[in-house]
Amino acid sequence: MFQLTDKIIDENELKRLVMDERAGAIVTFDGRVRNHNEGKAVSALAYEAYDELAINEGEKIIKEAMARFAIVNVAAAHRTGDLAISDVAVFVAVSSAHREDAFKACRFVIDEIKSRLPIWKREAYEDGSSVWVNCQTCGAHSDREAPHKVHHSERSERSEHAVKSQTA
Amino acid sequence: MSELVGKTVRIRYFALLREERGLSAETISTEAATVGQLYNEMRSKHDFSLPQDRMSVAINDQFANWSEKLNDNDVVVFVPPVAGG
Repeated sequence: MFQLTDKIIDENELKRLVMDERAGAIVTFDGRVRNHNEGKAVSALAYEAYDELAINEGEKIIKEAMARFAIVNVAAAHRTGDLAISDVAVFVAVSSAHREDAFKACRFVIDEIKSRLPIWKREAYEDGSSVWVNCQTCGAHSDREAPHKVHHSERSERSEHAVKSQTA
Repeated sequence: MSELVGKTVRIRYFALLREERGLSAETISTEAATVGQLYNEMRSKHDFSLPQDRMSVAINDQFANWSEKLNDNDVVVFVPPVAGG
């Protein structure tokens, strides 16, 4: 189950959804809004999603996880709209007979969500500026220190992408 | 042959592109044969900042290749670099 929501993510409900008598382990991940990104103090952020494609792609990721790992169930949710510091932006819950499979699948699902879903983040900073994260171009003026780094790490290197993103 | 015939397509804009275009969606006539050609056409017309190689594209709510043929009544979304999670 994958959902997009503009309401607070109900973590307990998602955990309940994956609970199963065959599952000895449930692994969850919550990605939260951090108060800083790339050296700048973040005051707030908003997520914008292309809903139809995000849901199609989110469901695909869930199916891929079910096919790739020995897990019982998986559920994930992503927020849209305005979020405050420490709000949950994304949540993943995976159940499996043994913990190893749930850990691996949970990691897979959050990494795929971050790299594939058509969701964009507008970050507002304490200094009054704001930016669409990852969308800076070399030519465009930017108040980031190193737009090139963000630029080139974007597609090819997922791990770097994850580090640069604001949550997780 | 068919590539020379004009098509009517719907383009939806999100995030940075929505702001650069000043619109969430528009219906246009185009002679572009592929979605890649359509992006180039719209980029030169509206000065979009993002080059095609930093973007993805979706046709009718599914990811597609830039070389995909454009059909009449397609709904096209140019997908700027994502930043979910």
